[in-house]
Amino acid sequence: MNDTAPASTGFYTEDMTISVGPQHPSTHGVLRFVVKTDGEVISEAIPDVGYLHRSIEKIGEKVTYHGYVPYTDRADYLAAMFANQAFCLAAERLAGIEVTRRGEFCRVIACELNRIASHLISVGTFGQDIGAMTPFVHALRERETINNLMEEICGARLTYNYIRIGGVGYDILPETCTRIEAFLHHFEPIVDEFNRLLSGNKIFIERLAGVAVVSKEDAFSYNLVGPNLRGSGVKWDIRRDIPYSIYPELEFEVPIGTAHVGVLGDSFDRYWVRIREMQESCKIVRQCLSMMPKGPAIAKVPRKFRPPAGECYARVEAPRGDMGFYVVSDGSEYPYRVRIRTGSYTAMSIIDKLSKGIMVADLIALIGSLDVDAPEIDR
Amino acid sequence: MQAFIDQLIQEGAFAGVPREVVYAIAMVLTALIVLSVFVAPLAGVTSWLERRVWARMQSRIGPNRVGPQGVLQWLADGIKNLLKEDLIPAAADAKLFSLAPYVVFMGFLCTFVVIPFGANLIVADLNIGILYILAVTSLVVVGILMAGWASNNKWSLLGGMRSAAQIVSYEIPAGLALLNVVFLAGTMSMQGIIKAQGWAPWDWFLFNNPFIFAAFFLYFTAALAEGNRTPFDIPEAESELVAGYVTEYSGMRFLFFFFAEWGNLYVIGAVATTLFLGGWQVPPLPIFDNNPLLLGIAQFVTFFVKAYMWVFVAMWVRATLPRVRVDQLMALCWKYMVPLSFICLLGTIGFMFMPENLHRVISAATLGFAVAVMVVFLVRVVFQIRNAKPELYLKPHI
Repeated sequence: MNDTAPASTGFYTEDMTISVGPQHPSTHGVLRFVVKTDGEVISEAIPDVGYLHRSIEKIGEKVTYHGYVPYTDRADYLAAMFANQAFCLAAERLAGIEVTRRGEFCRVIACELNRIASHLISVGTFGQDIGAMTPFVHALRERETINNLMEEICGARLTYNYIRIGGVGYDILPETCTRIEAFLHHFEPIVDEFNRLLSGNKIFIERLAGVAVVSKEDAFSYNLVGPNLRGSGVKWDIRRDIPYSIYPELEFEVPIGTAHVGVLGDSFDRYWVRIREMQESCKIVRQCLSMMPKGPAIAKVPRKFRPPAGECYARVEAPRGDMGFYVVSDGSEYPYRVRIRTGSYTAMSIIDKLSKGIMVADLIALIGSLDVDAPEIDR
Repeated sequence: MQAFIDQLIQEGAFAGVPREVVYAIAMVLTALIVLSVFVAPLAGVTSWLERRVWARMQSRIGPNRVGPQGVLQWLADGIKNLLKEDLIPAAADAKLFSLAPYVVFMGFLCTFVVIPFGANLIVADLNIGILYILAVTSLVVVGILMAGWASNNKWSLLGGMRSAAQIVSYEIPAGLALLNVVFLAGTMSMQGIIKAQGWAPWDWFLFNNPFIFAAFFLYFTAALAEGNRTPFDIPEAESELVAGYVTEYSGMRFLFFFFAEWGNLYVIGAVATTLFLGGWQVPPLPIFDNNPLLLGIAQFVTFFVKAYMWVFVAMWVRATLPRVRVDQLMALCWKYMVPLSFICLLGTIGFMFMPENLHRVISAATLGFAVAVMVVFLVRVVFQIRNAKPELYLKPHI
């Protein structure tokens, strides 16, 4: 951009600085970007985080281990189950508690249903960012059924507080299992319908193919995780590579970006990975439902939970990638320190690099395709 | 309407009053009647219908509280917006800011002067009908640009600039597509064009030759773009520009923009109907012979149904398609639509010099092709409806 003008005219041009957010329809919560544009072309987009900071990590030092589980729900309220699980895994490993086998199955079923719900929000709002309103409502409709199922499983629709240290809060009843089965039977064709409506749309593909390409090297150096990393063609999934729970016994594919319509690692690849992950999650839930053993859903855990002094880092594969809880215990009832590592926070950092030279509309597509989620960024 | 006034003057109904005064009074009265009896309810009901149709396509219910099936929702919304505070931002250019919605509204309303609702139901049958429509719809871009600039908001400015570029560009393919019809009809008067066609589909200009068939779709696409409709709604793209050029507007001024947008949908349909689909032409049934009132009603209904069908298509397109990017929009216009409309124009001129018999055969083939496309489409729709599983969508608790 040429800021100095020929002296003869006296006219000159300068970049326009726009504040995208914190209240903006497509920043998915309270995100803010300070965008410098030359007309429609962005020269710089600086992410500004911290609008949704709730000190969840600090709260962890002030409440007991059991009491902290509901707070972890709020770390990423679109995928509350995973934060539950990551914290409980850390606490269990600190105290050496064995989770009951049925409890593990309940956890995986609940988590995978939650993953579908979270990805539905992601792909639905992504469609809305691109301007297609109908797929968003269709995705929310399906998510509503999952919310109903979740309500049946644990009594809550959004912040579940379902996974407890040693197992799960409530067993999944046989009737609920049938309903989950029925939902899966209904949902798998819906994904195809969704693809016919949105993913195969020419305008949609044109908007995303080759836009905001993340190379493998960039994905590593910016520490992208989850679908964003897999979209760049890296086969890395905590469930497969650092197994936890019963995932080693289950058969599932790890979908990666294949340059389906454009360049490897473009916005469409990241979107497409999410669509296929929903299908994989359906498979996982089906397997769990058929393999589910009988037995107690939760192990005997003392109410005054005092893990021995030590530290533990537990990671799970959340919908937004590798979610880790680092818990330090000093042997008391309260954690000495809790630290949460989330995928969205690192995904925010790459936006600055990718946004140079793209258009305003592409920035929205980029934010949507990275599936950054305000509560998870700020905790 | 103009002819009617002339006749009254001839008969000496306004003796002693200068002709200009009569015309001025008649103009104001006509504008009032058209605005309050036709345009306002039409735009309002279209807004309600769009919300309902859209809701059904999205497995929602839509507004159904005010009046039967919510059909009076637009009145409730209008009253609500009238009662709202008339807010002008401190940093805005107050005069331009308040003027802009009316300029947009004017640009849309003036088109109703030449829309032929029936053989005798037209405000003024100007001999430059189409040219007039193209000219007054360009006023809209002035209003939008005014709104974008006067709001003193960066989103509004971006929206206004986008809109200016878009409308000015898309006027070219739209105008060229309409020129096909002008060549065939040999007139620019709206009634003249309708009279050059017949009531039967094979007499419509749409099936006159393959080129004009293509030109129709070029016109419809370009008109959607001119009306800021999805997939070309980039000036007010709410996921990118918050609300584009209407970001700072609220209350009644805000409503005027959307009034114009929804009313404009009907104008698009009406122009398409007039130029390509035979307008108000009805079959010469014996029942109409001595009954001019019935004939008038039949003509009005025919015209309205044909025009409103395209409003429905526009709603449908909006519910289905995502939005294109601003550079893709420009590329679509200048790289594809402008050259294509030139080709169509040349093709139509070629057909005008074609031997009569050969022309008839090709017209019939075009009609056959269109019918085949319609049949395939209907089969597809029936297939989709058969395969839909409403019980799965609508059961709240499976």
